[in-house]
This record gives sequence, structure tokens and C-alpha cells, in this order.
Amino acid sequence: MKIIGISGSIVGSKTRTAMTYTLELARKKYPDAEIELLDLADYELVFSDGRNYSDYEGDTKTVTEAIMAADAIIIGTPTFQASIPATLKNIFDLLPVDAFRDKVVSILVTAGTPKHYLMAEQQLKPILAYMKAHIVPLYVFIEEKDFHRKEIVNDDVLFRLERLVEDTVRYVDAFAGIRAAKDAEYDF
Amino acid sequence: MKQYRMDTDKGIEFGLYSIGDHMPNPHTGSMINAEQRIQEFIEASKLADEGGLDVFAVGESHQPHFTTQAHTVLLGAIAQATKNIKVASSSTVLSTSDPVRVFEDFVTLDLISKGRAEIVAGRGSRVGAYNLLGYDVNDYEELFEEKMELLLKLNNEATITWKGQFRAPLNRASILPQPIHGRLPIWRAVGGTPASAIKSGYAGVPIMVAMLGGPSINFKATIDSYRETAARNGFDPATLPVTTTGLFYTATNSQDAQRELYPHLNSGFQAIRGTGYPKQQFAQSPDPRDALMVGSPQQIIEKILYQHELFGHQRFFAQLDFGGVPFDKIARNIELIATEIMPAVKKHTANHKE
Repeated sequence: MKIIGISGSIVGSKTRTAMTYTLELARKKYPDAEIELLDLADYELVFSDGRNYSDYEGDTKTVTEAIMAADAIIIGTPTFQASIPATLKNIFDLLPVDAFRDKVVSILVTAGTPKHYLMAEQQLKPILAYMKAHIVPLYVFIEEKDFHRKEIVNDDVLFRLERLVEDTVRYVDAFAGIRAAKDAEYDF
Repeated sequence: MKQYRMDTDKGIEFGLYSIGDHMPNPHTGSMINAEQRIQEFIEASKLADEGGLDVFAVGESHQPHFTTQAHTVLLGAIAQATKNIKVASSSTVLSTSDPVRVFEDFVTLDLISKGRAEIVAGRGSRVGAYNLLGYDVNDYEELFEEKMELLLKLNNEATITWKGQFRAPLNRASILPQPIHGRLPIWRAVGGTPASAIKSGYAGVPIMVAMLGGPSINFKATIDSYRETAARNGFDPATLPVTTTGLFYTATNSQDAQRELYPHLNSGFQAIRGTGYPKQQFAQSPDPRDALMVGSPQQIIEKILYQHELFGHQRFFAQLDFGGVPFDKIARNIELIATEIMPAVKKHTANHKE
């Protein structure tokens, strides 16, 4: 199983910190899984111009191809102006419309205020649904006060992250099962 | 339809087209070399010609997984190897070519083939040609519209005076040689959306509609709005032919057709788009209302006739070599088209007055 984590911003540390924790939990629990973090701050990506993702070059090609090859994607996003950052939206724009077909996508959100709790529901999930993702319904919402000096200091968040990882992997297995059962009905 | 060298009294025309892809056969994993692939186009065109099919077309694509970049050269060889079948492009990426050279090439093809050449001009659905040949993909729309205008002018006028942004001006230029029948049939390749087809309606140019699957009815708005636009711009839609297209695979029975085709379709789409063909969607494809032309000869006949009820089109183009289909299967498909499918389709659509 290939799991890609995306840290969706090129500034700040909270989303990256939360993603590092999350993937660490995943590696411990699922040592056989291939797990990789794509921190958008480490890549120089061009803006989407509408071409097929495989026609890009350099970092843009590397990042999009890694996402397309994954079974599951854990997206970490901060909250900018009550929405996702442009850097993360650009990732979606770079990919084909059905990029997340047969893929599981789960979400963690960082934000400065609890007032942004529904941001993922209103801004992020519609995009993922359009791109045909199997979305893990529960996401983890982490506030600024849950961090201290690049560490997560709220045990509740850690337990939630653990459940997020579990849900992500279980969804991959469940949907693989559904797909296999469906495919078994076909004669081709 | 005369201007387009078509006689609709005989029923709709049946053609084969290829985008020139060159991929491994997913059933065996083996890959023929480019030489063999090129030779097989010529062999397939001969079989199609002998079977009485109306058109054979090859397009250009400047990307990995393709072989027919120099499609006009290949069409020359096909013209020489065949007798009656029309030879066309599917399509010529006009945006990254010089319309004068395109016209010269196809007129020469017309002379080689003794009046069987046609141009289908398109914009290209990928950026390969733009990168390789040095055009800015940001000029995507303007490049095509300007060059299409010039190409049509070259076809319609003897002495050309013309000015544009993407090519040196022409001052009382005459293009030689000239086609056998005065003009070449020139079509526009359009994607499935109305926006693309309407542009052809403005200019009164016939269309070939890309239809990669899904319900046939989805393309009705595209074809209807094309004809409405043409009529509003002073063209008689009854004089403008429409070509529908379909990924195509037939075998004696539907199950074999589906079993044999699916791996080609899935790995072909995986290679060029990065996403495969969903099985669930493929499972629905034998339905007569679905545009993917897979099934027994009888099912294919039903599908084409259903489309003809919807669209009243004048030509159907089958793409039967996508995703590494081996030559013996291509030959078998051509045989079933020639002996079973095409005669039935022509019989049912003959004398069909729009």
C-alpha cells in the first residue's frame, strides 16, 4: 500500500508538524506500507496550465506522479482566508478530473481559530468529491493552541491522528474489497 | 455534400482512423517495433480498401507512445498501396504547422491518390507538438483559428493575399499544385463539447467529433448546436457532413469482444492519461445507447443506427487499434466490418434525406 502525505502550504510549521506526527504513527502501525511526505515547501511547482500531469517537467511532474501512484493520500492543510491555501488548490488543478478515482483521501486541518472548523466540509471535501475520491468522513481539526514549539501538546489530537491513520488504511482495504467483488462480476 | 465528395444516397460512410499510438499488447506484454507498426498501418489500409470501406485516416501526435508524427508521409504510402478508399488525417495538428505546407502536402496526396485526399484539422489535445515544434500553448485558440482561416482560403481561392500574426504575409501567392477536383474536403476535428463544434459552425466547416465513450446522447447537444450555428451564419446544414467516431472492437460474440478489448483500453488510457478505464463503466458499454463501439457485429450495428437516429450523421469513423491491438485482431475487425456491419449500416441509412 502506498500512502502519500501532503503538507499543503509552503509557509508555517503547524501543518508540517502535524503531518510528520501522522506519518510517524502510520509507519509504526503499518511497517509494510510505503509512506512518503510531500511537503510543498520542498518543491518548486508551476501553476497549472491545463495540460496532462505527465506533460509537466521537474518538481511538478515528480509531485503529481507520486500522488497519482498512491493508494491513499493524507492531506494536511492550514486555513487561509477561510479556505485551503492556493498552493494546495494548485495541486488539484494540476491533476486530472478523476485523479482520485479508487483512491482514499483523508484530511487534517490546522487553523488559528475553532471558527474554521467547517472549512474542510465547505472548501476541501467538494473538490475531493468532484475528483472522485473515497473521502474518510472524519477529519482531524488542530488549533494553534494544540502546538508548542513544533510539537503537538494535546493528547486528544494525537489519539485522533491515530484514528485518522487507521481509518485511512481501513478505507483502502474496504474499497479494494468492494472493487474486487464488483470486478468478479465482470467477464473481462 | 458533393463538395465533400460524399454521396449520402448510398448510406453513411464507414471509415477507420488511428491516432498512431504505439503501445505493448497488454495480453502478452510484447511490443512490436516502430517499423512493424508503420508497415501494419499500410497493411490495414489495404484490407480496408479491399473490404470496400470508405475512408482510412491517420493522425499526428508528438508525444511518447506514438509513431505517426509524419502522418502525411504515411498517408502517401497508404494512397499508393490502395485504390478506392479515401485517405484522410485524424487529425493534422494545424496549430503547429504552416497551413501552406499542409495544403501542399495534401494536394500532393490528392494527386497521388487520384482525388481521394481529405484534411481533418485539429488543435491537438496534448502539448507535445507545441513544445517540440516551438509554439506557445497559450496561443492555443488563436493559432488554430488563424491557421484554419488561411487553410480554407488556400482551398477556396486561386491567388492569396493574406496577413496574420503567426506566419509571414502572402501577397498574391498561388499554391501549387492544385487538387484534382478544384478543392479538398477540409474538416475540423472537434472535442465532444458544444463550444468546440460551434466554432466550426461559424465557418460552415464539416466536423469530426471525438467520442471516447459515455452515452451517445451526450453528443447530441454538440452536433445540434453546430448545425444551428451554421444555419445562423448563412450555411445550409444539409450541405455540411458530420462524422461521429468511436473506439471500436467487435468479435463474434459480445463476451469475447469485451474480454479482448478491455485490457487494451485500460492500459492505453493508463499510458496516455495516467488513469485507466473504469471497469464499471466498461460493463455498461454493450448497451446500444453507449458510444463505445464494443460488442458483437449485431450490437455494433444497433449502436451505429441508434446514433444515426440521434444525429443523422454522414460518416462513422472507427478507432480499432488503440492500446496495442495486435494485427490479426485488427484484420479480423476489418473483416467483420466489411462483411457484416457496414453492409447492414449502409442498407439502413441509404437514401436518408436530412
